Amino acid sequence: MTATRSAPPETRGLVEQSRRLPRLAPLGLFGLGALAGVAVSALTGFSVVLAVVYAVVLGTLAVYVASRSVEGTRKALDRLVTCVVTTAFAVAMVPLVSLVWTVLSRGLRRLDGEFFTSSMLGVVGEGGGAYHAILGTLIITGLTAVISVPIGLLTAIYVVEYGTGRLKKAITFLVDVMTGIPSIVAGLFAFALFAIFFGPGVRLGIMGAIALSVLMIPVVVRSSEEVLKLVPNELREAAYALGVPKWRTIIKVVIPTAIAGLATGVTLAVARVIGETAPLLITVGIINGTNLDPFDGRMATLPVFAYYQLTQPGFPPEFAIDRAWTAALILIILVMALNVVARLISRFFAPKTGR
Amino acid sequence: MTLTTAPPEAPRPKRRVGDRIFAGSATGAGILILLVLAGVAVFLISEAWPAVTAPAGDIPGGDGLSAYIAPLIFGTLLAAVIALVVATPLAVAIALYITYYAPRRLAAAMGYVIDLLAAIPSVVYGFWGIAALAPALVPFYVWAEDNLGFIPLFAGPASPTGRTMFTAGLMLAVMILPIISAISREVFSQAPALHREAALALGATRWEMIKMAVLPYGKSGVIGGAMLGLGRALGETLAIAIVLSASGGITFNLISTSNPSTIAANIALQFPESTGLDVNTLIASGLALFVITLAVNMLARWVVNRRADFSGAN
Repeated sequence: MTATRSAPPETRGLVEQSRRLPRLAPLGLFGLGALAGVAVSALTGFSVVLAVVYAVVLGTLAVYVASRSVEGTRKALDRLVTCVVTTAFAVAMVPLVSLVWTVLSRGLRRLDGEFFTSSMLGVVGEGGGAYHAILGTLIITGLTAVISVPIGLLTAIYVVEYGTGRLKKAITFLVDVMTGIPSIVAGLFAFALFAIFFGPGVRLGIMGAIALSVLMIPVVVRSSEEVLKLVPNELREAAYALGVPKWRTIIKVVIPTAIAGLATGVTLAVARVIGETAPLLITVGIINGTNLDPFDGRMATLPVFAYYQLTQPGFPPEFAIDRAWTAALILIILVMALNVVARLISRFFAPKTGR
Repeated sequence: MTLTTAPPEAPRPKRRVGDRIFAGSATGAGILILLVLAGVAVFLISEAWPAVTAPAGDIPGGDGLSAYIAPLIFGTLLAAVIALVVATPLAVAIALYITYYAPRRLAAAMGYVIDLLAAIPSVVYGFWGIAALAPALVPFYVWAEDNLGFIPLFAGPASPTGRTMFTAGLMLAVMILPIISAISREVFSQAPALHREAALALGATRWEMIKMAVLPYGKSGVIGGAMLGLGRALGETLAIAIVLSASGGITFNLISTSNPSTIAANIALQFPESTGLDVNTLIASGLALFVITLAVNMLARWVVNRRADFSGAN
């Protein structure tokens, strides 16, 4: 602040100075109120949840009352909102922390070598692993990416580079709508599609890949579209001016410029579908042995494996439930790793747009 | 393509083969998307049709298709509405916190952490719901039955496992929180800087600035975001299939052991063991879900896109 230099004391009188709380006072007041809250909950029989609730309410109240008596109602309301908004953020952190903690503490028990190297073939009770399920997930997700990425990319290119008029508008709108298709409906679609040709009992890995593609394509289109729009028009015009045909401009200029963003988008899209369970549950099913051929019969996938191990553990149940949690842990690790990779790609290979 | 009719375009008598192939495949991919969406509808209808035409006695439950689906639709809507009521205010507050209150340097990281909530697979939420959330809520249900029992929503008797409609709704709220807050964050951060600075220059406090310059601008974005969240909540499957202990029927009692199921959860639970007409019935219920979510999403997109027409000056 340069107030001391530019505002001599005599001009100060023109503007009425309002009283303010010192900078750290609200924090201190909140702390005092929170202590009082903990004390109250300790008197009425201690429980962590109640203590936190009392602490937050009393802390907020302390700040509000103090601010109201010193600074007036407007400032007090401002401080009240600050407290409420900060609390909301903290509340949202609770499920995240609780979830990560629960999955870690229960999943680490079976995170061993055997889990990654053996399938469930002939396993009753202890032991066994998710080797078949992990491979199944990788194969089906890979197939999904192989189907979705070209279609999604080409659609994005159409919308950004070629599209005109009503068709472009319709595609953009329907891609948005498609983003909201429930995953179970995508699964039913793939089932209905194959049931017509192969009869009602059909379960194939490729069905799962098609169901997941319905979910993945719109995500790829949306993210690629955003990235392609960021490529400056000057680059395209420079290429046209040199006599480069449009398709070569797209392949040699537009896509290389946007490649980091495209890769980020695809990675995030893969992260979105790798944990999908519902469509795989009804299209791919589950088996205990290892099946690596997506065109022949049921396959095991990690999310479905986790679901069945938890809900149909057999007897004795504790071993299957441990396997379920470890599978959930691996799923979270996979998704988080994909998210981190996406962040790294976008950070280190960011397009050089020259601005 | 009728490029030759556009006068300002440079005259191009023949288009190169590569261009034609590339433009064609790009257009084809776009049209394929339209076909897929149409295909979803067509195949679902064709597989659901046997259930629609079947005599009422053959449908599970024995009272016909609409009697089978109605409680499921009720349960789906109930869970989604609980989620929406809980998540929307929280998400707006979080979005405001990240855009206007959090320390600048941490804001991006905080946004990322909230987005992580969206990345966690649905089945893992189910695990967490049944292992951590449901038991944690049991004391609250007991308390609610004793003290709020006069409200039909909390009539009880309280479920000893905590696997109730209310638990499912809360879990859905956590799952849709990042969707609503991401869109709210985007519109809040786009609120015109001139309006914000003008408000501050006139002596408004931060909250007054937000109330006058940010919220009016972001309102339709928040509504659209909430509806997208609603669309997600309606279609959420496994988290609910795992957590909710469903017994069917229609009841507003949120904390007891008898809960209506939801369409998606019911499909996930019944489908693997179903054959024949049962499968068609489930697909018919899936069709109903598809129509509902499609309507909600279209409305949401329309609301969100309408915002693009607003200038910063209203």
